[in-house]
Amino acid sequence: MSALDFASSPINQSLTAERKIELFTQMARIRRFEQAALKNYSAGKMGGFLHLYIGQESVAVGTISLGGEDDHFITAYRDHGHALAVGMGMNECMAEMYGKQTGCSKGKGGSMHFFAPDKNFWGGHGIVAGQTPLGLGLGYGLKYLNKEGCCLCYLGDGAVNQGAYHESLNLASLFGIPVVYIIENNGYSMGTSQKRSTAYTGCLAQRAEAYAIEWDVVDGSDIYEVRAKTNIAMERARKEHKPTVLEIDTYRYYGHSVADANHKKYRTPEEIQNYKDNHDPINVFRRKLLEEGVLTEEKADEIDNAAKTEAAESVKFAEESPNPTISDISTDVYWETDNDTEASKIGHHFFA
Amino acid sequence: MRTLTYREAIREGLDEELTRDDNVVIMGEEVAQYNGAYKVTQGLWDKWGDKRIVDTPISEAGFIGMGIGASMLGVRPVMELMFWSFHSVAFDQLVNNAACVRYMSGGLINVPIVVRGPANGGTNVGATHSHIPEGLFAAFPGLKVCVPATPADAKGLIKAAIRDNDPVYFMENTLLYGNKGEVPDPEDGDFVIPLGKADIKREGTDISLIAHGRSVLQCLEAAEILKEEHGINAEVLDLRSIRPLDVDAILASVAKTHRVVLVDESKPFGGVSAMVSHLIQEHAFDELDAPIKRVCTIDAPAHYSPHIENEQLPNPKRIVEKVLTIA
Repeated sequence: MSALDFASSPINQSLTAERKIELFTQMARIRRFEQAALKNYSAGKMGGFLHLYIGQESVAVGTISLGGEDDHFITAYRDHGHALAVGMGMNECMAEMYGKQTGCSKGKGGSMHFFAPDKNFWGGHGIVAGQTPLGLGLGYGLKYLNKEGCCLCYLGDGAVNQGAYHESLNLASLFGIPVVYIIENNGYSMGTSQKRSTAYTGCLAQRAEAYAIEWDVVDGSDIYEVRAKTNIAMERARKEHKPTVLEIDTYRYYGHSVADANHKKYRTPEEIQNYKDNHDPINVFRRKLLEEGVLTEEKADEIDNAAKTEAAESVKFAEESPNPTISDISTDVYWETDNDTEASKIGHHFFA
Repeated sequence: MRTLTYREAIREGLDEELTRDDNVVIMGEEVAQYNGAYKVTQGLWDKWGDKRIVDTPISEAGFIGMGIGASMLGVRPVMELMFWSFHSVAFDQLVNNAACVRYMSGGLINVPIVVRGPANGGTNVGATHSHIPEGLFAAFPGLKVCVPATPADAKGLIKAAIRDNDPVYFMENTLLYGNKGEVPDPEDGDFVIPLGKADIKREGTDISLIAHGRSVLQCLEAAEILKEEHGINAEVLDLRSIRPLDVDAILASVAKTHRVVLVDESKPFGGVSAMVSHLIQEHAFDELDAPIKRVCTIDAPAHYSPHIENEQLPNPKRIVEKVLTIA
C-alpha cells in the first residue's frame, strides 16, 4: 500500500491544514526538546539516565492525536515524546530532568517518570513491561466505570519477552479490555538486536494470535499510516471492548540511553544515514506537507526555530528553578498524610 | 454479643463495603464461582454478580497490576492472593508500581487498593507456601500493612483498609479462619478499626508480650501459663497494624512493665520485631530492666514435617521459656 492511501483514509482526510501543522509542530518540539536535553545531559547538568525518543516522534504524536476525553496513555521509560504529545509543557519536563521542585513530578521521578493524570497520561515507568498490567488496568477501569474510551499502552520491542506483558495480553483478551498495546519497535532491546533477543515468526505483534487478539504492523515513518491503523484499533477497543497489538516499526537514532557508549558499534553509519534520508518521520512528514501545499519551507523552518527557542527557554527555566528541600523528601509518600486526614494522625507512618 | 468466625467477619466487612461503595470490586483466583479457596468470599458472587466479584486466572503479576491501574482511575479493587506467599511473582507490581507511583508522580496519583490473603506457617505446606512477608512490605514507604488476630479486628480493619486511599496489604491466617469471636452487630453502627492503633489484649504488670497475628493468641496462652505456674502477670499488646505502627502504645506498655518479649512469626533477621526492638531501645532505653528478647520462627525456610513445624514457629512453650530468662 502506498503512503498516499493512508493520507486519504477518513481519519486523515478529516485533518485540517491547521491540525496537520500542529502535528508537525509537536514532532518538531519533541525533537528540539530532546536535543536540548541531550546537550545539557552531556554537560553533566542532569542525573540518572536519558533515554531519547529521537526518530520515534510520529508514534507518540500520531497515536495520541487520536485521543478523546476518555482515552488514556501509559508508556515505559522512554517517555518524553508521549509527555509533550499529551500537552505537558517543556518547562515542567525539563525541570523534572534537572531534578527541580518545578518539575512535573517535583523532581522525584526524573526522566523516566513523567506523569500528567489531568491529561490522561499515567507515566513514565522504569521497569521494562511493568507498565503493561497498569495499562490493562486503565482499560479495565474505563470499562468498569462505563466510559467509552480506551488505553494506549506503549512498550518497546525489548518488553515483549517479559512475563507481565504476556499475562496482560491473556487478561485483555479474556476480560475484553479496551486496551491497545503499541510495540514501538526500534530494533534493539538495549544493545541486543531483535534477532538475538527474540524468538518469533513474521513479526512481534503476531504473538497476539496466540491470545486471540487482533494485530497489525505499522510503518512508523508515516504519521498518516500510524493514525489510520491506530484509529482502527482504538475504535475496536472503544466500541467492541477488544484489545489490539500494534507493532510500529521505528528507529532509535541514539543508543538505548545516552550512557550506552556502544551504540556506534552495533550499527553502521550507513544504516543511520539511510534512516535520516528516507525514514525519519519528521523529514518524511515535512516533505508530505510541502507536497500537499500545507507547509512552505519558510513556515517549516519557522516552526522548527520556534521549537528550538522554546527548548532553550525550558533549559533556562529548569536551571533557574529551586532545588527540592530535605523536607520535600517526606511528602507524596502517602495520600492520607499528604492530606492530613484523621487516618494519618493515628500511628506512625514514618520511621527514623 | 453475637459471634462470627474470622472468615465470616472478613466476609461481612467485604460485603458491607461492596454495599457502601459501587467502586469496590473483589478480584482474585477462585474468589467468585468457587466461593474462595478458603471460603472467605463465599456467597458474594451469588449476591453481587460478575461485575463486582471477579475470578482471575492464575496470573498474579497480571491481575494485581491490573487492579493497581484501575485504582488510579478511581476503582477500588480488593485483590485476593490465595496465599501471600505468591507475592513473589507479583513483586514488581506490588512494590515498584503500588508503593512508588505516588512518589514518582510527585503526589499526582494515589493507589487505593487492598491486597489480602493468608500469610502464615503452621499448615505443613513447605517453604514456598509459608512466607510471612509483613515486615518485608512494611519496609517500603508508600505501603501500609495490617495483620488482624481476632474476628472483630479482621472485620474492623478490612473496612478501614478498603476506605484508605493508599495501598494496604492485609495479611490473614489460614489457622485463624475458623476461630470464633465476638463481633459487634451491624445494627449497632458501622464498625471500623483505624489502621495504626494497637490493642491491649490482656492487661499485665510484669512483662510486655508484643505480637501481631496468630502470635497474639500464642502470647495469650503463654500468659495464662506464666500466671498459673510462675506467678508472672504478663501484658499482651496486639500491634494489629504494622505500618502505620502504634509506637506510643508500645512505649506505654514498656514503661508499665519494664520487660519485653517480642513474638513474631517472621524470621529473626530484619523482621517486624527487629524494628520494634530498635524503637524501644531508642525511645525507652531507661525504662528497661532487662534486655529485649524475641521469639521468632527458627531461622530456616519453613519445615514441612507435621512432626516439627510447630516447634519452628513461636508457640506458648517457647514464649514461656524466653520470658523466664528475664523475669
